[in-house]
Amino acid sequence: MADARALPRRRFDARLVLAGGWLLVALLAAIFAPLIAPQDPLAQDLLFERLPPFWMQGAEPGFWLGTDSLGRDLLSRIIYGGRVAFIVAFAAAFAACIVGSTLGLIAGYFGGWADRIISRIVDIWMAFPPVLFAILLVAVFGTGLSSVIIAIAVIDWTRFCRVIRAEAMGQSRMDYVENARIAGFGRFRIMLSEVLPNVLPSIVALLSLEMGIAVIVEAILSFVNLSISTDDPTWGGIIAEGRLSIHQAWWVLVFPLITLFLTVLSFSQFGEGLKARFDPVLR
Amino acid sequence: MTACLDISNLSATLSNGQRVLRSVSLSVEPGEVRALVGESGAGKSMIGKAVLGVLPPSVKIVEGSIRLEGADLGALSAKERRRVIGAKTALIPQDPLTALNPSRRVGPQMTDRLVHILGWAADRADKRVRQLLDEVHIREPDRVMRAYPHELSGGMRQRVLIAAAFAAEPRLIVADEPTTALDVTVQKQILRLIAQLQKEHGTAILFVTHDLGVVAKISQKVTVLYAGKVVEEADTAALFADPQHAYTRALMAATPKYTDPLASLMPVDEAVLAGLAAEIAIADHDWRPSLDRKSGHG
Repeated sequence: MADARALPRRRFDARLVLAGGWLLVALLAAIFAPLIAPQDPLAQDLLFERLPPFWMQGAEPGFWLGTDSLGRDLLSRIIYGGRVAFIVAFAAAFAACIVGSTLGLIAGYFGGWADRIISRIVDIWMAFPPVLFAILLVAVFGTGLSSVIIAIAVIDWTRFCRVIRAEAMGQSRMDYVENARIAGFGRFRIMLSEVLPNVLPSIVALLSLEMGIAVIVEAILSFVNLSISTDDPTWGGIIAEGRLSIHQAWWVLVFPLITLFLTVLSFSQFGEGLKARFDPVLR
Repeated sequence: MTACLDISNLSATLSNGQRVLRSVSLSVEPGEVRALVGESGAGKSMIGKAVLGVLPPSVKIVEGSIRLEGADLGALSAKERRRVIGAKTALIPQDPLTALNPSRRVGPQMTDRLVHILGWAADRADKRVRQLLDEVHIREPDRVMRAYPHELSGGMRQRVLIAAAFAAEPRLIVADEPTTALDVTVQKQILRLIAQLQKEHGTAILFVTHDLGVVAKISQKVTVLYAGKVVEEADTAALFADPQHAYTRALMAATPKYTDPLASLMPVDEAVLAGLAAEIAIADHDWRPSLDRKSGHG
């Protein structure tokens, strides 16, 4: 009986493998950027400006995806840009997750006044348009990596709070929570040992999704030049520059866009895949 | 000898003032099985929840007392009450599918209370749980304790819950319709199992059910409840031999008999219900809750 049930768990999950694979490749490239990147991402060479990607006429060896209008190697810039993207993705998503999930768990499990106060705050928070809110925050904190991370966390904790509140609320009505009460366990302990494990799959899925969102928000902020200092390459920054020369060199816009798209998609699919795998009821 | 459970004059209302329990008095002696019967909405589960201290927030106890082995639950602080209830009682729940935490393994869920509330050493708790699993005829305790609840069948889960309820040697077990959610074929086994463990451990049981067949099999005493009011109270044998109240007789007539299932299905007579409504109206009219205790058992 146990064996028959264990079977689907070991099934090859294409979604999880593909998404995880891309994330792993992108993450390793970002970490080992100095070893992998074929060129210095900041080195300008006006003789090599707007070189096309390798399969087109006029490409130079060593510049696989071509160069931008200042002659900087596009592939190297995308690889280095991944560093900022991943740092922001992990730091901002974890910060938003911890704040939002904690408040959501408290609101959903305790209910009553705690729920009313937290829910009102979330309602008010979500009434701000997120991108404008982010721009405002970065303008206040000043540009830089840490203010981008703080801005994303400050905006997006509500996403966790809402979902986890609803889930915790549903779990709190379950008989096993009542059983733990009868056994004599305190409310706080029940929240952590009975309710939390049941909302954890959702937290994991949301966390991965949020990483994707953080990558997008960071790209938006660097697109409007409000992310980190303009010297370091970021995906949003490269896209912004590519927009200016789209008629002469479309690749400067297209390749970072594809990278961004694949990364964000992978984060969300990876999260869904993990949720399905972690959830003892779904699997 | 102090009663294991002594409920006297217990009344409860919803937040809109509607009465859900009407001066209920009942007691369970040590080692006795007391059945609590009534149709759905009669308040029988509510009494169980009140005893276990898990009434929904919308229900307030407005008068009366619940004593567990002499300790008045209403007079205790919330923390003390939790401790007393946790040490003296256990629940065999109605729905074995939701009564176990789906994301935790079965073993720790069974030993949790022994270790963290009663302060047993982990290996002693483990041994105890294995012993109880053996008593409920589970042959592979290792596999069951390592399993997640969804890997077990409904009947298996109910056995696990029965084992868990008896593991801490409570003085009183509230069994809240423990067979209702199960297959008919499994119901009988589970019922027999509860009766057997009850005899061996000498635990008092407050057995909440709507099934008179179950009452006849398992209990020594019966309390019949209608609309939160005790209608009749008797020894089980006496009740079935000579029911005093018209409502009890009507309930018995409404119970299907295997020999002639269709013919015996009689709805409760209108006149009986009208009589009950009148009784309740009179009781409510005379009822003045002594509001000495405003808060219920939370």
